[in-house]
Amino acid sequence: MMDGVKDNIDRETVETARGLEADKYKYGFVTDIEQDFAPKGLNEDIVRYISGQKKEPDWLLEWRLAAYRRWLTMEEPSWAMVNYPKIDYQDMYYFAAPKKDGDGPKSLDEIDPDILATYEKLGIPIREQEVLLGVEGAAKVAVDAVFDSVSVATTFRAELAKSGVIFCSFSEAVHDHPELVRKYLGSVVPPSDNFFATLNTAVFSDGTFVYIPKGVRCPMELSTYFRMNAQSTGQFERTLIIADEGSYVSYLEGCTAPMREENQLHAAVVELVILKDAEIKYSTVQNWWPGDEDGQGGVYNFVTKRADCREARARVSWTQVETGSSITWKYPSCILRGDESQGEFYSVAITNGAQQADTGTKMIHLGKNTRSRIISKGISAGRSNNTYRGLVSVHQKATGARNFTQCDSLLVGADCGAHTVPYIEVKTPDAQLEHEATTTKLSEEQLFYCRQRGLDAEEATALLVNGFARDVLQKLPMEFAVEAQALVKVSLEGSVG
Amino acid sequence: MMIEIKDLVVGVEGVKGDILKGLSLSIPAGEVHAIMGPNGTGKSTLANVLTGRDGYDVKGGSATFEGEDLLSLEPEERAAKGIFLSFQYPVEIPGVPAMTFLRASLNAQRKRRGEEELAAPDFLKLAREKAKLLKVKADMLKRPLNVGFSGGEKKRMEILQMAVLEPRFAILDETDSGLDIDALKVVAEGVNALRAPNRSMLVITHYQRLLDYIKPDVVHVMAGGKIVDSGGPELALKLEAEGYDAYEGAAA
Repeated sequence: MMDGVKDNIDRETVETARGLEADKYKYGFVTDIEQDFAPKGLNEDIVRYISGQKKEPDWLLEWRLAAYRRWLTMEEPSWAMVNYPKIDYQDMYYFAAPKKDGDGPKSLDEIDPDILATYEKLGIPIREQEVLLGVEGAAKVAVDAVFDSVSVATTFRAELAKSGVIFCSFSEAVHDHPELVRKYLGSVVPPSDNFFATLNTAVFSDGTFVYIPKGVRCPMELSTYFRMNAQSTGQFERTLIIADEGSYVSYLEGCTAPMREENQLHAAVVELVILKDAEIKYSTVQNWWPGDEDGQGGVYNFVTKRADCREARARVSWTQVETGSSITWKYPSCILRGDESQGEFYSVAITNGAQQADTGTKMIHLGKNTRSRIISKGISAGRSNNTYRGLVSVHQKATGARNFTQCDSLLVGADCGAHTVPYIEVKTPDAQLEHEATTTKLSEEQLFYCRQRGLDAEEATALLVNGFARDVLQKLPMEFAVEAQALVKVSLEGSVG
Repeated sequence: MMIEIKDLVVGVEGVKGDILKGLSLSIPAGEVHAIMGPNGTGKSTLANVLTGRDGYDVKGGSATFEGEDLLSLEPEERAAKGIFLSFQYPVEIPGVPAMTFLRASLNAQRKRRGEEELAAPDFLKLAREKAKLLKVKADMLKRPLNVGFSGGEKKRMEILQMAVLEPRFAILDETDSGLDIDALKVVAEGVNALRAPNRSMLVITHYQRLLDYIKPDVVHVMAGGKIVDSGGPELALKLEAEGYDAYEGAAA
């Protein structure tokens, strides 16, 4: 039934695509920079070099430099429940040359069969696999691949342009829309915010810029296209999304497929600005390399994500599915400044093997009658540790504020850990907060029941965990919800024996 | 024989003493056998051991399904061969709609048997058909399996699963417990509709009441971890009248 519809859409899509002009991919994220690369280490010259490579205006260079100087005085935070060897910030590249011809694999034959097997389980089409793995020449194919496999992309560029939506790389935005960038950049996550955000501010590589004009409902999910072009946005990604008055956008970053990653440290910053009566839905599926069984070589993901509901009745929802990285340090937050603004946070975090995740949210209620809702589902398997850390803060003027928090932890096996660290600060008597928390173990009874019906232990675990996380997975855009379920299964492999 | 159990001796892992003490039982294809007996005599242990639940220590004897050793198989392998257990206490599966669970189960079994998996629309049709027979409302199929179900609903859902999975050998463990008379009739009708020449059943029960509705071919009395008496349906009536006292000594 579904297949038939999809085939039709695919056909239509391909046909429409053929009818478009040849330069239709101007909105792509692949930034053409003349290549060179900076030596290891970090100093003011490197910051200048990065800015120079991008031909940035002086104000932006000064902004980076100020952040760099500030960063020198800051200390790496140590309060999270994660352990990792000390990072030597001078032993890293901050401007790595994108790969030259001849560096990448020539075809999928050169790729580790294990990775390919995982892709297959996730149902990723071959040509998308090639792009994700950086197979030579695949990027050009990718353009077609998008049109082959994804319905949304149809008149992608034309439709966005018609509605006035700006969707481009951050570097492009600096040149093409400097007034918007200058007005909003750093207005949600200031340069001095925290150690990793400040580092990002000094050396950010590239990222995404989105502006939705007043009253515009973005005609498509800004997701599928991005998925194909998300390769090598770099380790210090910067995203800025502005939803002007009365507008709406749904944005999805990431990919269920494990990305080939050469950079161990990732410190991204995402800023969302939501004006009067506007709404942003931001979904993340993150499946970076978690490292080997002992967590060696996995990605460290230290991200600062924050949304500012700046005006009345602004709304934001963060939905995240975190299954990758060896260390996750991430607290997508909502500043509920406008009266009657609303923030939501829906999270599924799965840790297996030796992974460590310390993740949660902050809901800062500043405006009157602001509302927030937190649903967190943490799943720990193997020897992993999974911590929910959340803050609900209600300021004096935030009368009538309401929050509902539900934190559920599921333990798979006997060697993992789940921790819940909720902070609550309320400075007005006129607020209502509810907090529910549960910790359960995947029970032997449930597993046996499923196996008696014919599911093997892994299938049973995946089914039970998907059930546990259902409330959150349902918040994902449809096309990703199905993939996310497959991802849950793949992430838990080897967790039961 | 469809099911052949010989001199089965079973204990609980890490606990001294045996629960099943040399139990033997044969069930030919197409027959419905009942096991009756007092609490704590090992009826549920028998059901658990036949379906492969962890935590039991098989110390002796054998159990075969159509001549093939059953005890060395994983629970899911036994399920795919057609062994089904209607649980005494069906487990709640939060967040997984009954329909989703059933389809995953059926397709896992089919896959293991090398059969084509059932597409969603075909499955939907099948499940609705069977649900109607068992008076299970469509709305119940959409709810997370067994979560917030009444005792009667849970048992009906067990029999619905049996109807969809079409096992070769079904064990009904205390299916009558927690059922009022109307629910009992519905469940019994469902079970009777599944009687077939190539399907056998083992009905474990405390009370004769269920056997008024599901007529067994053979009734076994279990006491002290083994079968101590077997006979026709009239044996159940006798037990109802006289109790198990006569057998307590025989078992020891």
